[in-house]
Amino acid sequence: MKSIAELDEIRRKTLEQISLRSNENGLRVIVGMATCGIAAGARPVMKAFMEEISKRKLQNITVFMTGCIGACRLEPIVDIIDSEGNKTTYVKMTAEKAERVVLEHIVNGKVCSELTIGAEESKK
Amino acid sequence: MQLYRAHVLVCAGTGCTSSNSLKIMEEMETLLKDNSLESEIKIVKTGCFGLCAEGPIVVVYPEGAMYTRVGVPDVKDIVEEHLLKGRIVKRLLAGEKEAEDISKALESVDFFKRQHRIALRNCGRINPENIDEYIAFDGYKALEKVLTEMTPEAVIDTIKRSGLRGRGGGGFPTGVKWEFAAKQVADQKYVCCNADEGDPGAFMDRSVLEGDPHSLIEAMSIAGYAIGATEGFIYVRAEYPIAVKRLQIAIEQAKEYGILGDNVLGTGHKFDLEIRLGAGAFVCGEETALMTSIEGHRGEPRPRPPFPAVKGLWQKPTILNNVETYANIPVIILEGAEWFAGIGTEKSKGTKVFALGGKINNTGLVEVPMGTTLREVVYDIGGGIPKGKKFKAAQTGGPSGGCIPASHLDTPIDYDSLIALGSMMGSGGLIVMDEDNCMVDIAKFFLEFTVDESCGKCPPCRIGTKRMLEILERITEGKGEDGDIEKLELLAKNIKASALCGLGQTAPNPILSTLKYFRDEYEAHVYQKKCPSGVCKSMLQYTIDAARCKSCGLCTKVCPMNCISGEKKVPYVIDQSKCAKCGACMEKCPFKAIAKI
Repeated sequence: MKSIAELDEIRRKTLEQISLRSNENGLRVIVGMATCGIAAGARPVMKAFMEEISKRKLQNITVFMTGCIGACRLEPIVDIIDSEGNKTTYVKMTAEKAERVVLEHIVNGKVCSELTIGAEESKK
Repeated sequence: MQLYRAHVLVCAGTGCTSSNSLKIMEEMETLLKDNSLESEIKIVKTGCFGLCAEGPIVVVYPEGAMYTRVGVPDVKDIVEEHLLKGRIVKRLLAGEKEAEDISKALESVDFFKRQHRIALRNCGRINPENIDEYIAFDGYKALEKVLTEMTPEAVIDTIKRSGLRGRGGGGFPTGVKWEFAAKQVADQKYVCCNADEGDPGAFMDRSVLEGDPHSLIEAMSIAGYAIGATEGFIYVRAEYPIAVKRLQIAIEQAKEYGILGDNVLGTGHKFDLEIRLGAGAFVCGEETALMTSIEGHRGEPRPRPPFPAVKGLWQKPTILNNVETYANIPVIILEGAEWFAGIGTEKSKGTKVFALGGKINNTGLVEVPMGTTLREVVYDIGGGIPKGKKFKAAQTGGPSGGCIPASHLDTPIDYDSLIALGSMMGSGGLIVMDEDNCMVDIAKFFLEFTVDESCGKCPPCRIGTKRMLEILERITEGKGEDGDIEKLELLAKNIKASALCGLGQTAPNPILSTLKYFRDEYEAHVYQKKCPSGVCKSMLQYTIDAARCKSCGLCTKVCPMNCISGEKKVPYVIDQSKCAKCGACMEKCPFKAIAKI
């Protein structure tokens, strides 16, 4: 038999799993997964994001996929949009970089500026 | 905990199951494995979304993209385009295929935009076979609140103040019913659920049973606490196999979690539930007949009083509510009586689920606030009438209700406005008829149903409805006599006044309401021997216009009776003595030379 406290625990846990069916999305991680993105290695990047998020039990984060935005030479590209709508675009991502972004940007709220599209473009 | 980045919800309601949604699920599983996506994407079997005309339905979250009429071959596109590459398959999207903000596709469809889903809140959102998903969306929270914070009197008071009325037909205030039963002193009381949905075309109760069975268990347990009953019965028809199975699974899970049993959630409240299967007799939807059937006897009604709240099942105080009524209870407890009373009209609170059927584009289930006009339901949500035909009338309340003509399209729908129009809410079936329907024929159809379903206990219903049907048959066969209409009216009024139960008392409604609004059609049948809509076959003749006939011979090829003859350059002729009036020749004729008169 379950007590009311146990029921609450089930409620909390299950909601984590199915919260993406409600429309209250907090932070969004959007991975470019068109042909160019996949060819450049977007799948391991996306998997790394999912594994890190799940390992750290982070809440209210949705991992989306999107198509090509035209900057194929910079793929894999990942956009992070926070709940206020601020967008950061990371380019030439790898699984290792994804782990770093989860830790520094998503957990600690500090943008990894040298991985962003701005940093990449200023190298020219 | 496994984190999934996407959930694919596949409808497994009766409608979508019959159009192969289980095959879609299998195909999806295979393709996800082929693309090594099975650890990222979860497939969820869910209940009815309500848009049954567009089934099978698949919804992909987090985007909320709603795919309609999905076939097994389409699954490949959904997996390879959407799930693998993140590109929504626009050709399968519901409604506005080019919706700008595709991330909100589900909510942007007109069909859902105007609805307010309370009773259907979880249908199409959770997996009905998983109690944890019900719990996650505040399931059993109302039961916790009731058991730990509220007295039985407070529960009844809340339901009374909410203004909730029975959704099964009569519209009796639910809180008042509970109060009657609570005041009775007895060693045993019962809580019953009427899931014997019998109106042709109504399937909202089935949808709740299939899509959200736990809400029923929760509400019945709350009712048990409120009136002091420890046992409950759900009376459901065996014709709903998916609903019965999900209900059984839900009851087992609830027992396992200690939500049903001797010590509910450790609070000392005792409540247990059993399912009773009905064989599908319409009369068993009547409360006294239903309880007689649960007791193991032949399902026949008995006179009231005593009302079930005083002497019901096995002569003990019993409350009996309909599935949709119960589905509202947990939300009312959690959100409060005032919130619920703020929705709807002055005397009809909350929302009502309608099952749209007949000549309408979006066949399916819709839940709208009471007071929504018929026009909004038929045109804005229902998508209007196919082929641009004209609206003629809508039948509410099934065989117990009546029709509402086009002149009343703007009437706000609630219990009282429908009664004023000579119809009734019933369980919420809404059958739309267009200009091609003959109203005398419609009345005959519903009467055939009640004659079949009459249990035969009382003469007004057993003999009276049969006599009415005979007159209607005569009229539609072109043998109507002077005085038939008046005879029908007299019989209808007498049966209404003298039948034993609701079945007989309401059986004349389809006749009375069609007589009220379409008397001219009856008169045309009786006096001119004409069916204005061209439905009643015996008054029809198909003829070939000699001037238009080009003697192509196509009509002879399609005629199943071989009764059209002719030869080259001579116009063809139909032998009226053999013609079965199927209309196949008229449909086929390329020169529009065949007419129905």
